Amino acid sequence: MALSELWFLLVAVLFIGFFFLEGFDFGVGMSTRLVARSDLERRMMINTIGPFWDANEVWLLTGGGAIFAAFPHWYATMFSGYYIPFVFVLLALIGRGVAFEFRGKVDHKNWTKVWDWVVFFGSVLPPFLFGVLFSSLLRGMPIDENMNLQAGFYDYVNLYTVVGGITVTLICYLHGLLFLTLKTLGDLQERARLMAQKVILATIASLVVFVGLSIVETDLFQFNSMATIPMVIGVVVAYALAILFIAKKRDGFAFTMSGLGILLTVGSIFAGLFPRVMVSSISETYNLTVYNAASGAYSLKVMTIVALTLLPFVLGYQIWSYYVFRKRVDAKDLIY
Amino acid sequence: MSELFLARFQFGSTTIFHFLFVPMSIGLVFLVAIMETLYVVKKQEIYLKMAKFWGHLFLINFAVGVVTGIIQEFQFGMNWSEYSRFVGDVFGAPLAIEALLAFFMESTFIGLWIFGWGRLPEKIHLLCIWLVSFGTILSALWILAANSFMQEPVGFVMNNGRAEMNDFFAILQNPQLKVEFPHVVFGALATGAFFIAGVSAYKMLKKQELNIFRKSFNIAMIVGLLSGLGVAFSGHWQAQHLMESQPMKMAASEGLWEDSADPAPWTLFSILDVENQESRFNIEIPYALSYLTYEELEGSVPGMNTLQAEYEEKYGEGNYIPPVNATFWSFRIMVFSGMLMIGFSALGLWFSFRKTLVERRWFLRSMVALIAFPFIANTAGWIMTEIGRQPWTVFGLMTTSASVSPNVSVGSLLFSIITFTTIYAILAIVLVYLFVKEIKKGADYDAPQEVNVHVDPFDKEAYQ
Repeated sequence: MALSELWFLLVAVLFIGFFFLEGFDFGVGMSTRLVARSDLERRMMINTIGPFWDANEVWLLTGGGAIFAAFPHWYATMFSGYYIPFVFVLLALIGRGVAFEFRGKVDHKNWTKVWDWVVFFGSVLPPFLFGVLFSSLLRGMPIDENMNLQAGFYDYVNLYTVVGGITVTLICYLHGLLFLTLKTLGDLQERARLMAQKVILATIASLVVFVGLSIVETDLFQFNSMATIPMVIGVVVAYALAILFIAKKRDGFAFTMSGLGILLTVGSIFAGLFPRVMVSSISETYNLTVYNAASGAYSLKVMTIVALTLLPFVLGYQIWSYYVFRKRVDAKDLIY
Repeated sequence: MSELFLARFQFGSTTIFHFLFVPMSIGLVFLVAIMETLYVVKKQEIYLKMAKFWGHLFLINFAVGVVTGIIQEFQFGMNWSEYSRFVGDVFGAPLAIEALLAFFMESTFIGLWIFGWGRLPEKIHLLCIWLVSFGTILSALWILAANSFMQEPVGFVMNNGRAEMNDFFAILQNPQLKVEFPHVVFGALATGAFFIAGVSAYKMLKKQELNIFRKSFNIAMIVGLLSGLGVAFSGHWQAQHLMESQPMKMAASEGLWEDSADPAPWTLFSILDVENQESRFNIEIPYALSYLTYEELEGSVPGMNTLQAEYEEKYGEGNYIPPVNATFWSFRIMVFSGMLMIGFSALGLWFSFRKTLVERRWFLRSMVALIAFPFIANTAGWIMTEIGRQPWTVFGLMTTSASVSPNVSVGSLLFSIITFTTIYAILAIVLVYLFVKEIKKGADYDAPQEVNVHVDPFDKEAYQ
C-alpha cells in the first residue's frame, strides 16, 4: 500500500472517530431540546458529555490537519470550494463550544435559555452540513482543470445532499439518545430510550432513501462495489439489531450497534470515493485522487512515523478519561 | 474592495482576536498549575481556593481561545487555497502534529481536570493541569514552527512548482523558531502573570480577601518578572537574527530609508513620510541600534532603498518595502510595553518584600491599568512580524497576492467577515462581563460542584 493510500485510510479513521464520538455529543445536544423537559434535565444531559466533547471535536481538527498535511490539494479545493457551508459549520462550533462553558455562569433564566438554544443549533447544524458536504462530494462537484471548485447554489443544495444531511443528523441524534440511556437513570433514561425507538425508524427510512438516491445520483455502488455493498448491508444489519436491543433494554449493545452503523456508513462513503478524494462533475480527468492531491513522499513518511507513534498514546489517555467518568450522571451533578 | 484585501483583513482580524486569548491561556494555566502544586505540597486550603478561582477565569478564557482557533485551522484552505497548495507539504505537517500532539492532550486533560475534582487522586489531578499547561506550550511550538517557515523557509525543495519537505528536523531547528518560540512563550507567561497581578491589585484596592490576593500577586509577579526578562533577552536575540533573515523588516521597523550611520542610533520617535521616503524629527539614542543588532557599539544597518535594489536584483521587479508606519510603530509599542512590564513587576516585588504593597494605592491602580499592556505588546509584536514580512507570505518564495483563493468571491468574504466579526464582538462582550462577574464574586465563593453518581454503565447491567 502506498503511503498516500495509508493516509486516505487514516483520514477515514479520523472521520469515523469524529462521527462516532462527536456524533453522540451532537445527539445529546439535540436531545437537550427534544427530550429534556427542565433545566435540571438539560444540565444533566450536558454533564454526560461535559468531560468529553472538547476532545471529541479535536478528532475533526486532526482530520482537517491530516488532510492539509497529507493532501494539500484536497484541503485547498474543499475548504475554498465549500466556503459558505464551512462558515456556518465554524459559527455553529464556535457558539456550541462557548455555550457549554457560559450557560451556567449566570443565574438568570433568559441567559441560560439563550445559550441552550445555541447548544441545540450548534449540535444540529454541523452534522447536517457535514451530511450535505459528504453527499455532494460523492455526487461530484464542478472542479476545473486548476483543481478549483466553482459551484452554484444547487450544486450544494439539492434533493440528494439534503437527504444526506438529514440522514447524518438522524444518525447522530440516535447515537446521542443511546448514549443518554447509558449515562442517565430513571425517567430521563426511559424517555431517551422511547425516543430512540422512534428515531431509529426514521433513521432507517432516511438511510433507505439515501441509498436509493445514491444508486441514481452517484457511482457509489459501481465504483468500489466489492467494498461498499457489504458495508451497506452491514449498516442495515447493525440498525436492525439496534432495534432489537433497544426494545430489550440492552443499552450497551444498542449503543455499540449504532456506533457500528456510523463506522460502516462513514466507511462506505470513503470506500465509495477511493481512490478519488473529490469527484469532478466536469470531467473525470479533473478528479482529485489520493495520488494527484497528495504531499511528497518524504512528508508522508515523516507524518506516518509521527502519527503511528502518537496515536497509541492519544487513544490510551482518551480511553482512560472515558473510564474515569464511566459512572452515570445524576441530578446532583451540577457542574455545567 | 478586492478579494486580497478582504482575505488579508479577515486573516489579520481573526488572528489578532484569537491571539488575545492564546497567550492568556498559556500564562494562566501555568500559574494555576503552580498554585495547585503549592496546594498539594503545602496542604494549605488557601492555595486550593486560589487554583479554583484563577482556574474559573482560565476556563472562560480557554473556551474562547479554543473556538476562535477552529477558524484559524480552516481559513488557510478557505481563504488561502493557493498558499495551501504551495506549502501544504511543509506547513500542514506541523499543524497536523499540533492537533495530534497538543490539542488532544489539552482537551482530554482539561476535561479530566474540570470534572476530576474529588474524583481523581490529588496528585493525578495535579498532573492533569500540568499536562494541559504542557499541551498549550507544545501547541505554541508547532504553530510557531509553521510560522517560522513563513519567515524563514528551511527544510524544503522546490518540486513541480510546490515547496516539498525534504528535512523535517531542519523545520524543527529553524533558527527563526529558536528565537521566536522563547519570545512568544515568555510573552504568554507574562500575559497571564499581569492579568493575575492586576486583578489581585484590584481586589487589594477593594480590601477584599487580602490574604489570597496578596499571595496571588506575589506568585504572579515572580513569574511576571522572570518572563519579562525572558521576553527582553529573547527579543534581543530575535532582533539580531532578523538582520540575517529579514533585514528589510529591520530597516522598516527603524524607518531607515538609507543605510544608517555607523555606529547606528536607535530611533525612539520619528515622523515617517513614506511618500518622500523621509524620516523627520527623529529622537535617537546613540549606539543603541548597533548594539541591538550586533551586540557591539559599531556597525551600520542597511536601509530600505539599498535592500529594495538588492531584492529587485534577486526576485525581479516589484515593491519589497512593507508598510513602514505599521512596522515602525508596532515595534516601538511592543518594546515600550515590555519595558514598562519589567519595571512594574520589579517594583511590585520590592513593595511586596517591604510589605507596603497594600498602602501604595497609586501602584495598585497602575497594576490594574497594566493588565492591558501584555495584550498590546502581543498584538504589536505580531503586527510587526507579519506586516513586516509583506509582500511575502513565505519569505522569498511566495507573495501574499499569489496566495489568495482564486474561487472565493468578494460576497463570500464579506459574508464571513461580517458574521465572524459579529460573533467575535459578542464573545468579547460576554467574556468581559463574565470576568467581571467572577472577579466580583471572589475566591471564597464555592460553586456547588457536588458529584454524586452510583451506577457504572459499562457494568454487566448494560450488557445483560
